[in-house]
Amino acid sequence: MDLKIRDVRKEYGSFPALNGVSLDIRSGELVALLGPSGSGKTTLLRAIAGLEIPDSGQILFGDEDALAKPVQERNVGFVFQHYALFRHMKVFDNIAFGLRVRGRARRPAEADIRRKVLELLDLVQLKGLENRYPAQLSGGQRQRVALARALAIEPQVLLLDEPFGALDAQVRKELRRWLREIHNETGHTTVFVTHDQEEALELADRVAILHKGDLQQVGTPDAIYDEPATPFVYAFIGDSSSLPIDVRSGEATLDGRALPLGRVDAPDGPARLHVRPQDVTFVAPGEGVALGRIAALRRLGAFRRADVEVGARRSRIEVRLPPEASFSEGEEVGLAFERFAVFPAEGAPSVACAA
Amino acid sequence: MPADPRQTLPAHPVAAGASPTTEPVAVRVALIVVALAFLALFLVLPLVAVFAEAFRNGVDAYFASFDDPDTWSAVWLTLGVAAIAVPLNVVFGLAASWAVAKHDFRGKSLLVTLIDLPFSVSPVVSGMCYVLLFGAQGYFGHYLQSVGVQIIFAVPGLVLATIFVTFPFVARELIPLMQEQGVSEEEAALSLGAGGWRTFWSVTLPNVRWALLYGVLLCNARAMGEFGAVSVVSGHLRGQTNTVPLQVEILYNDYNFVAAFAVASLLAGLGLVTLVVKSALEWRYADQLASGRRH
Repeated sequence: MDLKIRDVRKEYGSFPALNGVSLDIRSGELVALLGPSGSGKTTLLRAIAGLEIPDSGQILFGDEDALAKPVQERNVGFVFQHYALFRHMKVFDNIAFGLRVRGRARRPAEADIRRKVLELLDLVQLKGLENRYPAQLSGGQRQRVALARALAIEPQVLLLDEPFGALDAQVRKELRRWLREIHNETGHTTVFVTHDQEEALELADRVAILHKGDLQQVGTPDAIYDEPATPFVYAFIGDSSSLPIDVRSGEATLDGRALPLGRVDAPDGPARLHVRPQDVTFVAPGEGVALGRIAALRRLGAFRRADVEVGARRSRIEVRLPPEASFSEGEEVGLAFERFAVFPAEGAPSVACAA
Repeated sequence: MPADPRQTLPAHPVAAGASPTTEPVAVRVALIVVALAFLALFLVLPLVAVFAEAFRNGVDAYFASFDDPDTWSAVWLTLGVAAIAVPLNVVFGLAASWAVAKHDFRGKSLLVTLIDLPFSVSPVVSGMCYVLLFGAQGYFGHYLQSVGVQIIFAVPGLVLATIFVTFPFVARELIPLMQEQGVSEEEAALSLGAGGWRTFWSVTLPNVRWALLYGVLLCNARAMGEFGAVSVVSGHLRGQTNTVPLQVEILYNDYNFVAAFAVASLLAGLGLVTLVVKSALEWRYADQLASGRRH
């Protein structure tokens, strides 16, 4: 089932949660909605499900207008952040719920419901736990029950809100891999919300990045990481540093000194140069594009990180070095950029270095 | 193990082995004695007195006091009023707590305040309000008379006054619990295709069933024991508009002490049963009661 989202807007009071978001999701695709809290990603997911009504815009399931239908008729499988299992029902009844509430004409016989539920329990690897109550399960098990319950209604679209948010790191990693396998097996069109970029990049076919209600970029994990479309995406995904520069007819300057980057594709005026730590290399002083001074040198596990001050304003750039690199603090070095991006300063995040 | 340095300092105020939050034995004993004496004087003694007075002239005299048809009509009236008021308050309480806990709307905090109003207003005042509204000289008195409906000094007045006084019990028990449970289970039920009615019966209601029972219990105890509001609207017509608490008062004023305490022992018994069931609920389902955590 293709999913088309057209210019969807939603405001809470005067706070715009979604600022005209358009996104096409292909049948069978696994898409991540990634963004910091308050980016509108959960609002978008809930709008697809029918749990929020957008102020304007269109949501199409195939060619059908989903907004014309209430949540009950959209046939979406929704997995809630804290699972929202029915606490007074056993696992079996939780999973069977969506089948049992169907109208007489569409309701399967109790024997078929039973078969289906046991099948799903098998799929989510919880065989034998059908008589437990949710309170008697671990977080990871609850998560699996929630998924089985959502899959029971044979949804057109599977929606997951922060599916691994409440789990500890070890279980999270395991479930991530497992969810990908389930997706490959069942082939549901799946959208999940996360604030964890690692999760999004590892799990999704395509990642949609939201920031303050705007869709910043949609693309494969490779495209998102290698060709960030906006300063926000550059800063949000992976590590990066940014330098305040000026651009005059395609020539960049840093604090009044020329920065020989070649022709820069940015309008005249203040701009920011973004570069990832692994894309900076040290060359002899005087070579490369800029001269810097190593301000700090730290060992971080598999590599060494240097903070280098450049320009009159001593802007800092993070550089990743091999552990055997023999530099010392205070040393002058030349910097070469293998890959970088320049964006106009307006709209650039004030803190460019993502944690 | 090294010697406790405190033992080498005999003048140290803290005894060896005592935790910093534990009071000395004398203080503990004194506090316990005060608390127990207080309980005995104000709770146990009156309760014992009720039964002692009721049985003062023997068991036969106790049961003989129930031969009075007025007493029986008071018992039936009380049961009848509770049988109307409690179910209505269950419906009102569920509706109010559903609205407050699961939805956002303007005037919500006003509604919450209003729900608590019967707790803060003297029951006598609420009785007076009903007289003012529905009494013969009241705002709607003429109209009610012209259509032949009597509310004040009749059973409808008793029911109204009882509903007013017992309204908060169910709602106050349910609102905090429902708020804590949130709406995600309801949303899950909706996303799985359940309608609103089905969601209420199979998700919302089962999640609050023990808290609801708890509220009903407290509501019922108050409905049967209410005196002030009921007294104002009752008119004290013997055998017609006297509930059990009013009957106790009448018997007592007639110097019929054994009968008064015998009937009072019914109310005391109801109180004890309520207390036992309430404690049982709190013990067994503490996690599913809002008040289990509040206390």
